[in-house]
Amino acid sequence: MRQYFGRKLLIYGLTFFVAVTVNWMIPRFMPGDPVASMVARARISDPEAVAAMQQYYSNLFGFDQPILAQYFNFWGALFAGNFGISIWAYPLPVSEVIMDAVPYSLGLLIPSILLSWFVGNWAGALAARRKILDNTVLPVGYVLTAMPYMWIAILLCWGFGVVFQVLPVAGGYSFALQPDLSWEFVWSLFQHWLLPFVSLFLVALGGWAIGMRNMIIYELEADYSNYLAALGAPHRLIRRYAFRNAVLPQITGLALQLGVLVAGALVTEIVFSYPGLGSLILKAIQNQDFFLLQGTFLFIVLGVLIANFVIDVVYVIVDPRTRAGMAGATT
Amino acid sequence: MTTTDPITAITAPDPDTPPISNRREALYFAVRNGKLLVGVGIVTIFLLIGIVGPFLVKSPPMEYVGQPMMPPDGEYWLGTTTFGQDVLAQFVYGVRSAFVVGVLAGGLAALIGMVIGFVAGYRGGLVDEILNMLTNVVLVIPTLAVLLIINAYLGVRSVGMQSLFIGLTSWPWVARAIRAQTFSLRSRDFVDLARLSGVRTGRIILREIAPNMSSYLFMTFILLFGSSILIASSLDFIGLGPTDGVSLGVMLNHANQWSALPLGLWWWFIPPGVAITAIVGALYVANVGLDEVFNPKLREL
Repeated sequence: MRQYFGRKLLIYGLTFFVAVTVNWMIPRFMPGDPVASMVARARISDPEAVAAMQQYYSNLFGFDQPILAQYFNFWGALFAGNFGISIWAYPLPVSEVIMDAVPYSLGLLIPSILLSWFVGNWAGALAARRKILDNTVLPVGYVLTAMPYMWIAILLCWGFGVVFQVLPVAGGYSFALQPDLSWEFVWSLFQHWLLPFVSLFLVALGGWAIGMRNMIIYELEADYSNYLAALGAPHRLIRRYAFRNAVLPQITGLALQLGVLVAGALVTEIVFSYPGLGSLILKAIQNQDFFLLQGTFLFIVLGVLIANFVIDVVYVIVDPRTRAGMAGATT
Repeated sequence: MTTTDPITAITAPDPDTPPISNRREALYFAVRNGKLLVGVGIVTIFLLIGIVGPFLVKSPPMEYVGQPMMPPDGEYWLGTTTFGQDVLAQFVYGVRSAFVVGVLAGGLAALIGMVIGFVAGYRGGLVDEILNMLTNVVLVIPTLAVLLIINAYLGVRSVGMQSLFIGLTSWPWVARAIRAQTFSLRSRDFVDLARLSGVRTGRIILREIAPNMSSYLFMTFILLFGSSILIASSLDFIGLGPTDGVSLGVMLNHANQWSALPLGLWWWFIPPGVAITAIVGALYVANVGLDEVFNPKLREL
């Protein structure tokens, strides 16, 4: 088990290292001069102001130092929790801007991922080898899986927010309220959270259902299932054993899909103007706020790595083979 | 976006059953497979729209041609945008660029995944360790976040550039799946025989190993094709789409940005979403059909 975690941690450490290095490299080695383009986008004609801005940005990136020193400084600033100053929310530091947005994103992501995973697996397991259910779950699953996240969000937003006008479609809470702990505010938070949540939940649902259905069918054909059936075991029991085996690849699948799910949450937030990381990214791109963009990127990478590790721990708890040091986990 | 674990989405070819040597048998089951026919049919319809459509529309996609905010009518079949652009013109060009992204990005990702998977699986040892580590690292990094950063710094973006970067980031699961397959094939007798007769490594991989999983490789490409379209549409929607053209994601971006929702311009944001969902969904369904054609175990009795 120690070897299992050691290997995992090595991969995650390496991934973080690569992510930070990529993050550092892109502004420096991409074609074009980011400083020049940032200054140009500010649309200032006064040459003195242009020179001052150029100076300012070069200092911010530390372009005047040797390349290796720039790299180590980058890491140093990172460990000090210094991601730079946001341009869009000037003069707030990027870390503070991100911290304000993170609770909203997590509040959307965690419930929608977990609930769609549970419900999807349950529906898939139920549908496997049952003709009528299968014929409804499978097509619905494929349609949901093929839908782009933002489109289902747009449809829900249009349907419930514009046509029926039953739910709010923008923001994290009503603009008329101040954040406090009153029932009114919590109710408003909930109303604004509902549509983005449902949207994320629905898109992810189909994939889990299809995956589980396929795995159950595969497990029901395995020798142990046939053996149990030959012994005259009730169907419920066989299915329960099949489910316990089939759920393992689904846990690995959850780890593999985290990146996609986070990406989906980003675009969903943009549709609903939900004040999470997705809306931050949009603001950062619209305002050419590269520090904010890069800070958000590192934050997402870190979050995905931590979530991966949590899933690894869960896997060890669920699958005894990994504890005994035998092969089991494949990620 | 797909949440099917792509590795379990297609059944791996069983090394003990020989691949279908008889093309006629595959064809026999192919034309009788409803899923495959429906999937291929839908994809073909959209492919035709993407190929022929741009020649039939009267104006370039971004041109202001008519009254703004017109619902669909005889002249503009899909209505016009807030600025009076022809939605149909944007739509046909968008469908075309979806296929371009799918082919280029999906093709590139399949190629990289195959090369890394074959080499890692066949060579084994240190080469395998290094390539496997690389695969795992790229697998864990959230792809879209990387693409966001790269595209944000690229001032001028084209469909080709976008495909290049999508292809460069979406190969890892393919490499892993193919590595596992190659691993099980490399110690088979016919591979040993080839090696003993002094055939070079590249040739062994191309002539002895790859043909044994050709159906699997093809299905991998289809899945990559679909997922590339989805990734591209997300990027476009965030506002990092091609700067020199239109795509389905860019249409959704504009519709969202220029208040198509509150104004109720449903003809602007429904068609691009339907197209993406239909193309990607049809690809997945066709893939399941193909799986049944190639794998006798899955055929319905």
